[in-house]
This record gives sequence, structure tokens and C-alpha cells, in this order.
Amino acid sequence: MSRLTASMCCLALTATTLATPAIAQEDAGKKTQTSRTFWGVSAEKLEYRYSDSDEELAVIEGDAFYGTDELKFLWLFEGEWEEAHNAWEMLENQFVAQTPVSDFWDAKAGIRIDTPEGPDRVYGVLGLTGLAPYWFEVDTNLYVSDEGDASVDFEAEYELLITNYWIVSATFETLVAFSEDKEIGVGEGLNSTEVGVRLSYDLIDRAFSPYIGVVHERKYSDTANLARDSGGGTEDWFAVVGARISF
Amino acid sequence: MNKGFLIAILAGLMPLQVLAGEYDISVDRVQIDTGDFVKEGIGYNGASPGPVLRFKEGEKVTINVTNNLDEMTSIHWHGLILPFEQDGVPGISFPGIKPGETFTYKFPIVQNGTYWFHSHSGFQEPNGAYGAIVIEPEGREPFRYDREYVVQLTDKHPHSGDRIMRNLKMSADYYNRQQQTVGDFFSESAEKGFMATLMDRMMWGDMRMMKADIEDVQGFTGLMNGKGPEQNWTGLFKPGERVRLRFINSSAMTYFDIRIPGLEMTVVQADGNNVQPVNVDEFRIGVAETYDVIVHIKDEEAYTIFAESMGRSGYARGTLAPEEGMTAEVPELREAPLLTMADMAGHMDHGDMKHDDMNGDNMAGMDHSDMGGNDEMDHSAMGHGSMDHGDDASLPEDPFYAKGSGLVPTASNGGKFLSYSDLKAQKPLYEDREPTREIELRLTGNMERYEWSINGIKYEDADPIVLQYGERVRFKFVNETMMTHPMHLHGMWSILEVGEGKWNPLKHVISVAPATTVYMETEVDAPGEWAFHCHLSYHAASGMFRKIVVEGGPDSTVAEGKQSGKQGGES
Repeated sequence: MSRLTASMCCLALTATTLATPAIAQEDAGKKTQTSRTFWGVSAEKLEYRYSDSDEELAVIEGDAFYGTDELKFLWLFEGEWEEAHNAWEMLENQFVAQTPVSDFWDAKAGIRIDTPEGPDRVYGVLGLTGLAPYWFEVDTNLYVSDEGDASVDFEAEYELLITNYWIVSATFETLVAFSEDKEIGVGEGLNSTEVGVRLSYDLIDRAFSPYIGVVHERKYSDTANLARDSGGGTEDWFAVVGARISF
Repeated sequence: MNKGFLIAILAGLMPLQVLAGEYDISVDRVQIDTGDFVKEGIGYNGASPGPVLRFKEGEKVTINVTNNLDEMTSIHWHGLILPFEQDGVPGISFPGIKPGETFTYKFPIVQNGTYWFHSHSGFQEPNGAYGAIVIEPEGREPFRYDREYVVQLTDKHPHSGDRIMRNLKMSADYYNRQQQTVGDFFSESAEKGFMATLMDRMMWGDMRMMKADIEDVQGFTGLMNGKGPEQNWTGLFKPGERVRLRFINSSAMTYFDIRIPGLEMTVVQADGNNVQPVNVDEFRIGVAETYDVIVHIKDEEAYTIFAESMGRSGYARGTLAPEEGMTAEVPELREAPLLTMADMAGHMDHGDMKHDDMNGDNMAGMDHSDMGGNDEMDHSAMGHGSMDHGDDASLPEDPFYAKGSGLVPTASNGGKFLSYSDLKAQKPLYEDREPTREIELRLTGNMERYEWSINGIKYEDADPIVLQYGERVRFKFVNETMMTHPMHLHGMWSILEVGEGKWNPLKHVISVAPATTVYMETEVDAPGEWAFHCHLSYHAASGMFRKIVVEGGPDSTVAEGKQSGKQGGES
């Protein structure tokens, strides 16, 4: 916990110092007519999950960015806090640079630092993110860990507008590893899938949108065995309540 | 006292009577109350909108602008023909006005009509820094009226300009609350068939474009002379009078369709220049355009001035009444239009479609075999049914909109809607001559990323457009985006090509609808450096902007001298 707090404070400070010159820069020079640097912070998920096996999780997933149309620096964070153990079951921080490679796609590269309870891992990241035809938001990454293990994740999201304020979003996430990393419970092959459906309402612009939903998590083959060996479950249904935040 | 003495001597020396007026403007933080919300903004002389500046043609004006903000500011005199150093564009015409400083603008007034002024710094204009200019002619006007009002419109948003820009960059559809929903899908399915509706959605989904993408920034309150719909700005008249209304669209992003139910309007001026009168029931005013209309009011009744946004997401409202407090019915907003495939010419290339076909008279005649090459979708399965609504035979044709466009406006009472092709100059300013060359400017952008550009290049990466003094340049605008762009050239007139030769109207803003090609010509008669941009604030700020350099001409040495001084002797 304290590690996270410290890293968040540090990043908040960095974000502030980065934002200051942008304001000063607005009025200087001959390019005063156009805005060039932007920033944003959003948490796609900030939620409480309650599983059918009485597991309770607090989940956060989001990003902060600063940069231009051509080059953005992002901090992507994802964490699962387990109430029962009072510990981070999962905690990932990625720091990447992102640049457009086509009209709808961006490439990114950087590092990912995992610091959950238990062994830490540091990864190199290469990713692709963007909007696929038919409005699917896609994010996929290749990771190579400091242990030499490679894995790929894939995330897709689709939004269905019930009205212009009531929105159903469907998400799909999966992880595939090319080699086993027993220490952190990663088996070779298809590791896991997470499917979620959330109904949200845009309460304050798009800045605050509370939601409810269901999430299904499943682990497969070797990864499932590793989970079973350590006394964990391999499949869970969660009821979720939370909010999407963007500012 | 010295100044007065000087003016007196100058006046005495001039063979003709020359007025010299001095004006003071302060740039201030102000409160803006729209009736819906109160917001801190920027205004002139303590208010937003600022004062109506009244000049006289032939006058020499001195305008002292004092910056009371804690940031740089500037004032651009929109539509005015003046020396480029007085044009007020930071980084192009001058460095800008520092906090606490006073900058003195001095220029002769060489034209008449309705114009406006606004800040050209950051997003101060969307934040409230705008005002009106009325210039009385030296001679007689070719029309009569008993009284006149400035009717200045804007789209005041609760968010600051910086915030809006940031939100659009984070998510281009941040403010779009007119997107098609599941319910729309089912009601359209019931009407046009499930497959046709599905195919239509697939086609748009394939391009990752939205039919409802007409207004980028919704959620504003339309203001008329600074007053929201509930606050109801009212102009008084006596029955039998002819009232001249000087409409100015000072919006950051919003086109308005204006009507006064029960009254016919005679359009007499567009962008400050007299046009041959046209009687209309309704007209569309692009961002930064001005239109003067005359209404002859016979009855002792109140009339609503209703300015409905082009995307029908908001409106401004005011009243013309014989006495204060009288009101007339306020119409409902009409149903929001949707873009059609015809508005998408520039984007059809994604699927290797031959977009020329899409502009053809008959969409059913489209050769689907030409549209292969897209592995993600089988275009041969594309139902014609889904495209029929884009080819509605009941819509009037207008050369300034793509055939079958979803944006073609119609008058709410079924009457006459003003078209650009109705505009003919009252008295040509220039001799009609062949242009010396043509410059093609493709209006381009990437909606998903909220990037806007010209010829695919954003302002910061672009070389200036270089023109030679004495040229007559023909600009060809090809709108490859799905949005309408009001293109504004500073310092020189834009002669809009409506096919009337020397009677083509003079404008300062040319609105270019999606998937259309529009021509304008410019007599290059003003040396110096000028701005040229889309007047939608967030399009200009994200790159749809150019510097124009006019080389040669009588004042070129002066111009160059100033320039080198500013840029540290670069030349």
C-alpha cells in the first residue's frame, strides 16, 4: 500500500511539473495560434467487486497522459486490492510513450513494473492501441519480463448506447504466456479471460459516470492448476459497483 | 488637450472632412450570466459581449486596448481591411498585448457595414472576448430602414475553452449527445428493415464515423446580445417600421439557422458588403459571418427571433416587440439532422470506394464492383435502402451542399431558405478578371484524434502560403472532412464564386460544407502577413490554420522592416 501511495505522489508531482511549462508556453513564440500539449487523467474502472465465493476486491484501472498529437507519455495503472488478505493481489504500473502509426492506431513502448504482494516483475512493453472498425476499442501488448518470460494481452471494449447518457459497455480481456513463470502463477498458454458488462450513467458530463455490472473471470490450463495448487479458485462471477472518472 | 489640437490641425489640413475617433477598450475578467449558469469569462469594458463600436467610413480610428488580464491578449478586427500590423493576430501581425500594457491600434476605416472584433489569443473569444462593429457609410445606403439593432449571437458553454479543447483531445465525441442509440436502431429497423439498418450501421462503423457528428461542442446556451433564451433580449419597434437587424455569429463552434416566425426577412448585406436584396424566410449563419436583414413590421405584435443551432442541440432567442415585456411563442427545436454517405466523400477512400460515384445524381446507379478491396466488409451486400434517405427527392438542391447531404437546410415554414447562390454583390468592388493561379486547399482532419489540418498538414508543421501583391488568386476548397468549415482570410476580401462573374459577393468567411468543393478568389491587394483559418475555435487551435505572406507591393519595405525587427533580424 505504502509503495503505491509513494509512487502515486511521485507521479502526481511529475505531472504537475510537466503541466506548468505548458501554460507558460501558450503565449510565447510564433506558434501561439495552436494548442499543442495536452493532459488528461481517467480511471476507466474504480470499483468494488463481490464474488460468488464471497471474495471482495477493490479494483482500479486507469491512465494519465501528457503530450502532443505526435507523442504522448502515459502512466497506465491497474490494481486489485483483496479485502480478505489486506493486500494487492495485482498491481501494475506501466510507463509508456505512445505515437500514432495510422489514422486510428497508436503504437506504444515502455516498461511495466508489477509490485503486488509476492514476487515483483519488471517488463519491457510493446503495444498497439486504437479503434478497430465497428467501434471496438482495442489494446494489445507484448511483455518480456526480467525473468525472460514473454506474454501477450488483449483487451477490447464496445459501448452500446441505450440513450446518450445510459451506456452499456462490454469488455473482454485475455492473457496468453509463451512460457511458465511459476512464482507469479503464470502458466504457459492461455492464462485467463475476464469478461465484463457494465451499465453506466453519465452523471456529470463524462467526468463522473457511476455504474453497476457483472464480471466473469476464468483461469485456464496450467495457470488454473497453479491457482488450484495455491488454494485459489479458477472461476469467479463478480457483482461490481463503481464509477468511471475522467478529468 | 494636445491630441484635440492635433486633430483640429489635421482636420484643417485635409481637403475632405476626415474624422478621427479615439476609443478605449479594456480587457477584463467578467461574470457571464446566461440564465442557465453563471461563469467567469473575459469581456471588454467590463462586459461580454463588449461594446458596439460605431465607426464612420473615412474615419481614422485610434483604439487604445488595455490588458487587465494576467495573460497575453489581442484584438482582431474581423473583416476590416487595414494594415497588417493592425490586424491583431499574435505571432503573425504583432507580438500580442502583455498583461497591464496598453496597445494602440491606428487604422483608417475604408469600408462600411457590420463586422465584429474578438480576441485572437488562446480561447479568450469562446470565453467571452467579442464585440460588434458597425460602420456607417460615407454615402447613402441603397435601402431604407427606420431603426436598427445589432443581434450578436454566441454559444456560451459552461466549460472554459481550454477545458473543451482538452476534453475533445481526450475523446472527440465528449460533447456529442446526439449519437444514435439502440432505440434509434430499432425504430429505424421498423421503418427501413432490419438488414438495411444493420448494413447502414456497419458501413458507418467500418469507417468509424458518426452520422450525428455535426456539432462538436454541444451543451452550450445560445446567447443573443449576451442574453440567454430565458433572459430574452428584446428590440423595440413601432408598427409600420422597417427594422434593420445586423446579425453577427460570434460563436466558437455553432452555426445558427435564423428565422422570425411571421416575418419575411430581406437580406441586404453579407459579411459587411451590400448584396442585391433577397427575401427569405430563414437563413443559415456560419461561424464568424454577418448578415444584415430588414424586416418590415406592420402589426403591433411581438415576434420571436429564433436562432436554432445547425445540429439542433441548442438555440438563441430574442424578441422584437412594440413594448417591453411582450413575447411571442418560442418554436420547438426541430429534429436533429444526420449526415449521409453523400457527406462522407473524403472518407470513402478508406474502403477504396470510388467517391465520385457517391456524388452522382443517382446513388442506385453506383457500381458496386468498383468498391471491392475492402476485406472487412462485403459492399456488394450493401442495401440501397440504407442510402435512400440521403437522396431524398423532397430536398431542394443547393450547389453549396453535396447532393443528398443531410445538412441541406430547409425553411421551417416551407418557404425560402437563403443559399450562397442567392448572394449577388450590390456594387462590385473589383473588376472581374481571370485569376493568375489556383491554389488547392483540401480541408482535412482526423475526427477520432480531433486533429484538423489543411492538405493534411497542421499549422505548426506548415510553410506559409506565399502570394504576390497584385495577383488574383483562385482558392479551391475541397472539404474532405465530415464537418462544415467556415474559412476566414484576414486582411483581404474573399470573392465567393457563385457563378455571377463580377457580381460574385465579397465575403470574409466562406463556409464549406462536407464533401463539397467551393471556390473563392482574392485580389491580393494587401501586403504583409495574414492569418487564414477555420473559424471554428477548436479546429483552428488544433491545426486548421495557415499564415499567408503577401510579397511585394507598395508597403513591402515597411512590412519587411517590421518583421525583421520582430524576429530578430532573421531576414
